Amino acid sequence: MSTETKYSLEPNNWVKNYADFLFNYTVTRVNNHEQAKDLVQETFFSALKAAENYRGQASERTWLISILKRKIIDHYRKINSKKGKAELKVNFYEEGDKKGSWLEERVPQLWDNKVENDIENTELKDVLNKCIDNLPDKYRTVFILKNVEHFQTEEICNEMGITSSNLWVIIHRARHQLRKCLEDNWFAK
Amino acid sequence: MSKKFIINCDEATTICNKSQYKEASFWEIIKLRYHIFSCKLCRTYSKQNATVTKICSKHLHKTNKKYKLCKEEKELLQTEVIKKIKDKH
Repeated sequence: MSTETKYSLEPNNWVKNYADFLFNYTVTRVNNHEQAKDLVQETFFSALKAAENYRGQASERTWLISILKRKIIDHYRKINSKKGKAELKVNFYEEGDKKGSWLEERVPQLWDNKVENDIENTELKDVLNKCIDNLPDKYRTVFILKNVEHFQTEEICNEMGITSSNLWVIIHRARHQLRKCLEDNWFAK
Repeated sequence: MSKKFIINCDEATTICNKSQYKEASFWEIIKLRYHIFSCKLCRTYSKQNATVTKICSKHLHKTNKKYKLCKEEKELLQTEVIKKIKDKH
């Protein structure tokens, strides 16, 4: 081991020093208080197990966040294999002559011309937030990271353990659902 | 993305969504424009999609709000961590 080792671990102080930081990081990515809390706890447990392998090259905080990031990726893999896939409605024919064409019931309806005036409306904001909340977890997270946090595509792919084509499929489906939801709950009223 | 010039509505709307983040390539935009020229549904979608983007940039903002665990949650977490530390030794 190198003699230049700078950092050391103080597990007794982890909760005091990092719990809030790790929790805040997690909750913006999983959007659920209890799940975020569990992931933080699992991170501390895994870190304790792996403590012998800590070489002190990265700060304690950086090391913990790298463990947490893997936990979040695993979390998404888990929920993705369980559910999440079937929750979004299909918008296009998936096979046959019409493959890739709009399904009749999913065709975009015309919105009236006052749309532009509505954009500022704060009630529309509430509808938007409800529509975003209705997205499956993974879709919502990707959408938020892209639209609100303005992450680069590559950053999101690294954080979520997905490829860029996965990401665009997710954005594609999320935006379709969002457009439809805004249509049903606002523009078509 | 394939090199073919004629794309279907699914592919067209995918490019349209990508373009909302300025991440569609030049060639993709050409294909999208050509498709939209002849497809009324995707023309409608494309227009509405731009509106969705406007609504999002108007109403969705990064908050500086920091999420925290409450005191009890932290105490419980601390107890669990200490228990694990003791188990180890």
